Amino acid sequence: MDIELMKECLPLLIGGTFVTLKLVFVTMIAGLVLAIPLALMRNSKSKLLSIPAFGYIYFFRGTPLLVQLFIIYYGFSQFEAVRNSVFWMFLGDSYWCSVLAFTLNTAAYAGEIIRGAILSVQKGQIEAAISVGMSRFQIYKRIITPQASTIAIPGYSNELVLMMKGTSLASTVALLEITGITRNLIAETFMPVEMFFIAGCIYMVLSSIFIGSLSFIEKRLTSRGD
Amino acid sequence: MFDLYGYGGALLAGTAGTIKIMILSLVVGLVSGIAGAGAKLSGIRILSWLTDSWTLLIRGIPELILVLFVYFGGSTVINQVAALLGFDVYVEINPLVAAVFTLGLVYGAYATDVFRVSILAVAQGELEAARAIGMGRVTVFLRILFPQIWRYALPGLGNLFMILQKDTALVSVIGMNELMRNAAAAVANTRKPFTFYIAAAVIYLGITTITTVILHFMEKRANRGVGMVS
Repeated sequence: MDIELMKECLPLLIGGTFVTLKLVFVTMIAGLVLAIPLALMRNSKSKLLSIPAFGYIYFFRGTPLLVQLFIIYYGFSQFEAVRNSVFWMFLGDSYWCSVLAFTLNTAAYAGEIIRGAILSVQKGQIEAAISVGMSRFQIYKRIITPQASTIAIPGYSNELVLMMKGTSLASTVALLEITGITRNLIAETFMPVEMFFIAGCIYMVLSSIFIGSLSFIEKRLTSRGD
Repeated sequence: MFDLYGYGGALLAGTAGTIKIMILSLVVGLVSGIAGAGAKLSGIRILSWLTDSWTLLIRGIPELILVLFVYFGGSTVINQVAALLGFDVYVEINPLVAAVFTLGLVYGAYATDVFRVSILAVAQGELEAARAIGMGRVTVFLRILFPQIWRYALPGLGNLFMILQKDTALVSVIGMNELMRNAAAAVANTRKPFTFYIAAAVIYLGITTITTVILHFMEKRANRGVGMVS
């Protein structure tokens, strides 16, 4: 392997790492904000709320992320009304389209995980809370959230790592994150093995940091109150 | 209704290509997953070390990078290794081989743990009992071990297959003739991206829905008789 060339390209790829990290953090926060109401809607007794949430989750979990990204980035440009609207500021931009696609996608998976976690809280506890006169908000705050969050974390941390890996798809809409820069460097240098080696190492470091910090949070949460 | 501008046939051909990749990768994935589980349970250190690094790499590196690496870097690696060993050959990797190899090994890496846990879940006492009444190794495997491993592993393997199905869209980047690539070709000629990517999404949704139904019945069949005695 050509070590000199790898040294030369490393700073460029580290620049791409920051783009990847930005994508991951924005997606993570926006995805969580969307996932919680989705989970509540899906659990709701009202069909008006639960059916749309079911349909949303069904679509986003049943189709490839690449298709979702292409519908958002390329698809909407088919309509002139979209191109002339204020939304074009975002829908014409590969960064915002990637954020939107990843957010909508991860929210569907995270929503399912949160829904399962909420359902796993024992019914008796909720009945007890109602019988001592707690309001719905109090029940969520004091009984459901503390228990459900502990249950949801292992699944959610898996989903975060998958989402981080998924951000590599942004390279297909010409966003220069780690994978995009790697592909450009390969086109320039014709050294695929070297470039993929660096990119692979960066991704390994990122996912190790993710898995490590999430298992730390998981330990803190589960050890509380023992 | 939905006007596909004469590209319906191309989408169908793409769907056939996608299904071919799904099934071939599944076969590679199941075989490598069983081999991986065997290696982890063998107690031979070098084998379990190799399997551990394989699963670690697959879990940490995006599938897109892996597909691109196998396709663009694979022939370089093979040719250099061959040159080191003194062979003068030139190997070029075709997209189908790269796609099936990568997706299969991704599936296999995750399936390794599914198989390992399922093998360990079979009660040792049952195997001892089977041997005690005189069953041979093959009979024990066929009658006692395999049906139970299958039952424990099926839900996990099914989930992984759903992930694999969606990952097949990635191999369009290496020029595989499949659904996404044919949809993109139709878009390039008609300039109707929304129409064709939505059509592709609907087809993928159909494939995952049918798979979910089939898996449901397979699980039901694998679980027949379970819980009848309590």
